[in-house]
Amino acid sequence: MSTTLTPRREPPQPSGPEVSSRRLTERVFRVRESGILAVLIVFVAVTAAVQPRFLDLANIQFVLINATIFALLAVGETMVVVSRNVDLSIGSVVGLSAYLSASMFSHVHGIPIPVVFLAGLAIGLACGVANGLMVSLGRVPSLVVTLATLYIIRGIDILIVGGNQVVARSLPAAFLNIPQDTIAGIPDMAIAVAIVVAAGAYYLRSFRSGRELYAIGSNPDGARLAGISVGKRVFTAFAISGALAGLAGVLWAAQYQTIDSTAGTGYELTVISAVVVGGVAIFGGSGTAVGAALGALLLGTITSALYVLGISPFWDQSIAGFLLLLAISLDRAISVRLLTALRLRSSRGAT
Amino acid sequence: MPPNQNQSQARPEQDEPLAPRGAVSGESTARPAPGELLRSSLRWETGLVMAVIAIVIAGAVVSPQFLTGANLFNLGLSYGEIAIMTLPMALIVISGEIDLSVASILGMSSAVLGILWSYHWPMLLIFVVVACVGALAGLLNGLLITRLGLPSLAVTIGTLALYRGIALIILGPKTISSFPVTYTNVGVNTVPGTQLTYSAGIFIVLAVIFGAVLHFTPFGRSIYAMGASPDAARFAGIRVKRVKTILFVVSGLVCALAGVLWTFRLSTAVQNNGLGLELDVVAIVLLAGVSIFGGKGTMAGVVLAVLVYTGLQNLLLLTNFNQEATGIVTGAILLASVFVPNAASFASRFSDQLRKRRGKIRPSAARAGLK
Repeated sequence: MSTTLTPRREPPQPSGPEVSSRRLTERVFRVRESGILAVLIVFVAVTAAVQPRFLDLANIQFVLINATIFALLAVGETMVVVSRNVDLSIGSVVGLSAYLSASMFSHVHGIPIPVVFLAGLAIGLACGVANGLMVSLGRVPSLVVTLATLYIIRGIDILIVGGNQVVARSLPAAFLNIPQDTIAGIPDMAIAVAIVVAAGAYYLRSFRSGRELYAIGSNPDGARLAGISVGKRVFTAFAISGALAGLAGVLWAAQYQTIDSTAGTGYELTVISAVVVGGVAIFGGSGTAVGAALGALLLGTITSALYVLGISPFWDQSIAGFLLLLAISLDRAISVRLLTALRLRSSRGAT
Repeated sequence: MPPNQNQSQARPEQDEPLAPRGAVSGESTARPAPGELLRSSLRWETGLVMAVIAIVIAGAVVSPQFLTGANLFNLGLSYGEIAIMTLPMALIVISGEIDLSVASILGMSSAVLGILWSYHWPMLLIFVVVACVGALAGLLNGLLITRLGLPSLAVTIGTLALYRGIALIILGPKTISSFPVTYTNVGVNTVPGTQLTYSAGIFIVLAVIFGAVLHFTPFGRSIYAMGASPDAARFAGIRVKRVKTILFVVSGLVCALAGVLWTFRLSTAVQNNGLGLELDVVAIVLLAGVSIFGGKGTMAGVVLAVLVYTGLQNLLLLTNFNQEATGIVTGAILLASVFVPNAASFASRFSDQLRKRRGKIRPSAARAGLK
């Protein structure tokens, strides 16, 4: 899936003198990710202690499936946010892609399911390309552009849908079964999304163009002066984000099975929350796709944990909000520490 | 006078002669900017005025209903709260920050209002509590942003969820709708002697106050300064953190007021009151010519943008355009508002890009130079 999106590969070149400081930053990021993992484990452990049913296979499957769509969206959003941009249009892209792809089943009889997934991907890619072109060529703030396309794409969706909706009856059984299909007890959807997350993480970590996204996010002007084609990279990030949102739309259709014009409304802010909880700095330059996906999983787990514990689901949102604030406060504290440590080290090296 | 003061302050502290000279030259290049800024923003406002006139004419042509008092009343009713919330948002964006939690503060104060009323508290006391809730919500935003130095975008996405979550916890699935008629009349009656709704009247009064503060007080001017350059503003002795905190508290207060108006207009308090309005508010503020990077924008622009936005929505309603899809128009205007002022530089960059593509000289040369 992601091979079509990744440009040519070049070997990473470790540069000698900065290895030690990089090792320090890397360690911090590992700490950051394991932090989320620790919170996740504590959360699961506490919930399971109170209500052992939480660890039932069926429930775990439920949690995973619920988190997959957000994890998928989080990977694309990570690429955009790392480059110091933001994509607010993904919720609308999910909605448009969900309706258009699901309605293909009734328009074209017997259409193969992979074709529908490709169509969803293409719809999302088109939206992402539009965003990317406007941001990179127009050099206008992505917040404004994607806020505008959030409205425009949702509006187009509403015009297309009219008062209609796609109902489960018009969808083939094989499509409706996608969320239920499992391999060795693990939902297919979760495996597929895990592969995408791994591919995204590998791309950001080891590909030159992936590393350049971090450079752009840390210092856009510096990146430009260093010869990085900023426009092209940012464009690619938006295209990937759009394409993944398109895919997520098809999965949304398979999971919720009744699609009207409100599908995916408000997802953009949830996904950005997940990404930020997952340790991606909102102003770019740091964070990983794995962290973002863990953030999505954590938020999803909270929702189901509250449900299992019998706590009113109304607590869900405020806990998510509180976690987000906690995560960014912690990140701030860590980065201040890191900065002092690095400064200390470089001053020691100078003398 | 101020630049000289800066210079004399900077000299004894820093021995490096470069720093003050840099600061001075920065000031002197910034010197003509206010005039230029005014001119360019005036041009944007002229565009908005023309848009308003075009909408009024189009409205009058499309439907005889458009210019009737009843229609204008309904317009004020439907968009009054959004319009009110754009005012503090404009100040915050000009100061270089953003507040995405406005609609959640509206929802939370609506929930507090509803639940306390259902506990039979006296209404005046409830108003005081709601005002405190709004101010505290804004204060939390402001403190997290200024004292911990966190990005406002992330903080207010967090508090967007947090405050909406609190509304959910307070009200749950309940709907409270037994408000006294004296208060719910704000959604029915006009301000005596006018065709205005109460929310529109409050918007006008607040717009005048906010405009006066922004344009004619040192406090207001300092908002521009910190939006243009936070460091320069700090060096000039502006208490950036305090001013920003005040702005967020004011935003919280105003959103609480909008929440009260919203609740009484619909005479219901439910947890999803005003859900998703934050993006509309931001869209109007950006349409007003306020730069998302801060330091730019006028109150006149905000008022005009409110008129353009509400006028267009209404026009589309009267033309039987799918009411839910009017976002297309909002989005298109938003895009126009960033692309039209930059059209010239955009075109030149595009042709540059083409030339580069054809020549293929510079990118390869840059790459060769790196290796």
